[in-house]
Amino acid sequence: MTSIQRTTIVATTCLVVSMTACVLLLRHLDTIRPQAVIEDVLYIDSPKVVKRASLGFEGLAACLYWTRTVQYFGHRHHDLERTYHELAPLLEITTALDPQMFPAYQFGASFLAPMPPNGAGEPERAIQLMEYGIQHNPDNWQLYYNLGFVYYTELKDYKKAGEVFTRGSEIPGAHPFMKLLAAQMAEHAGDFTTARLLWSATFESSSERNIKQNAIEHLRSIQVDEDVTNLQAGVTRFGERTGRLPYSMGELASAEHLPATPVDPDGNAYVLDPDGRVLVEHPDDFPFITKGLPPGYKRTGLPKFHTQS
Amino acid sequence: MNARIVHIASNTFREAVRDRVLYNLIAFALLISGAAIFVGQISIDIERLVVVNLGLTAVSLFGVVIAIFIGIGLVSKEIDKRTLYTVLSRPVRRWEFIVGKFFGLAGTLIVNTFFMAIGVFAALLYVAHKFTGADTLILIALYFIILEFLIICSLALLFSSFSSPLLSAVFAFSLFVIGCFADDLRGFAALTHGFTRWIATGAAYLVPNFSALNVISAVAHQQPLSGQLIVQNTLYALFYTAMALSGAVLIFERRNLK
Repeated sequence: MTSIQRTTIVATTCLVVSMTACVLLLRHLDTIRPQAVIEDVLYIDSPKVVKRASLGFEGLAACLYWTRTVQYFGHRHHDLERTYHELAPLLEITTALDPQMFPAYQFGASFLAPMPPNGAGEPERAIQLMEYGIQHNPDNWQLYYNLGFVYYTELKDYKKAGEVFTRGSEIPGAHPFMKLLAAQMAEHAGDFTTARLLWSATFESSSERNIKQNAIEHLRSIQVDEDVTNLQAGVTRFGERTGRLPYSMGELASAEHLPATPVDPDGNAYVLDPDGRVLVEHPDDFPFITKGLPPGYKRTGLPKFHTQS
Repeated sequence: MNARIVHIASNTFREAVRDRVLYNLIAFALLISGAAIFVGQISIDIERLVVVNLGLTAVSLFGVVIAIFIGIGLVSKEIDKRTLYTVLSRPVRRWEFIVGKFFGLAGTLIVNTFFMAIGVFAALLYVAHKFTGADTLILIALYFIILEFLIICSLALLFSSFSSPLLSAVFAFSLFVIGCFADDLRGFAALTHGFTRWIATGAAYLVPNFSALNVISAVAHQQPLSGQLIVQNTLYALFYTAMALSGAVLIFERRNLK
């Protein structure tokens, strides 16, 4: 064996061993440095400074910030964090760099406004974001929809929501449901049909996976809330008729002339407790329900997400 | 260590000194003493923080610049001046030449860092009037900075073994910047799927991870550092250096020097 061959073998072995050791050590280093991966750090939090620092490449910078926004939200959501402090500045920087970055506005409406743990709990900043979007894209009806959505779902300001939907519906090319929503706000704001219409519109008008999943979860929860409300009314009627509570859900279904024992969207039967309360069997599967929760219920573990419509 | 490697290393060190590399210490001394006097007069309660942050950052950046700009010329300069032929015509193997050059440059940087560290501690004494137990953490940060220099030296040598000085500088500096964002890079890789994920994760692990070696902020805030982190970072830096040097040796062994 020549000297060069010997050196080659030794150097190659050293290279392979070192590379493997580096990867293994780095994986271990990540575990002993809790903030190692995906640090929740905004290197610069001023949209104006970021815009100047991008040296004219705002488009690329906006894409990078948008990716970082989704990454930030996804990781915190997955880790069951209850706060999203950097979400608002990330979205503001993204849209300042590219005011036509429409997914960012929709993301803001869906996740910036809702109260923790489902969002950042900053409806005012969500509204500012939408207003900024409308200012730069006055012909985009979806931004009006997003703004009205925030007014409706988080602030319960149905009058303001109605005004915004009306303004949006007047834009050429606006989806017909904008007119419908504007009308609903005036007469039926707050009922299940309007809420379902709103979330269905969100589902249909978005291509972003997180937003679609969020809409599905809301639609499922609306279905449960409506079912529980109707069944609870059935229990009251039963009590008025018979002077006692129904013994089981089967007895209630029979008295209410329902074709079968009522089930939730997952196919699990609703439960009737001894006090006549209608309860959901697996409340963790419906992260947004407000009815049918067992007394003293606290949400545990990671909520299940359902990707099918 | 083999006597030939020691000779090459000591000559590399002498050459760096002759090239007035250590003159950077004057700039560093001016910066750190100026900063110490300045923050002592204008800041409230953060004098120590500013001196530690500024001092360690300056040590790191000065060293990185020296490592890159000397490292990239270590092989090409010898070829241009034709001194390499004189060296290799003697009983010196090519791998010994690479390893010797590495130790020479690393030695230069360690000496440079030693003097800068004296400057940092002097400035700290000036603003804080005394040393505390927590100041020993600065030594750990300086140790990590030296580990960072070892990686950069080996990378500069790797690029220098096959590329021109200008391109080597671009490669080494780019890799340094990418390495500072290595954590983010792994985070982005985790977002991808399928084949792209394999490629992105591979690339993320291949670039040097300088963020693990950067404990300047933690030290400035007197946060304790675990012994495990010191051991792991040491092993990581040594293995990464060995990897880059092995690559340099493999390339240089096959390089046609005619």
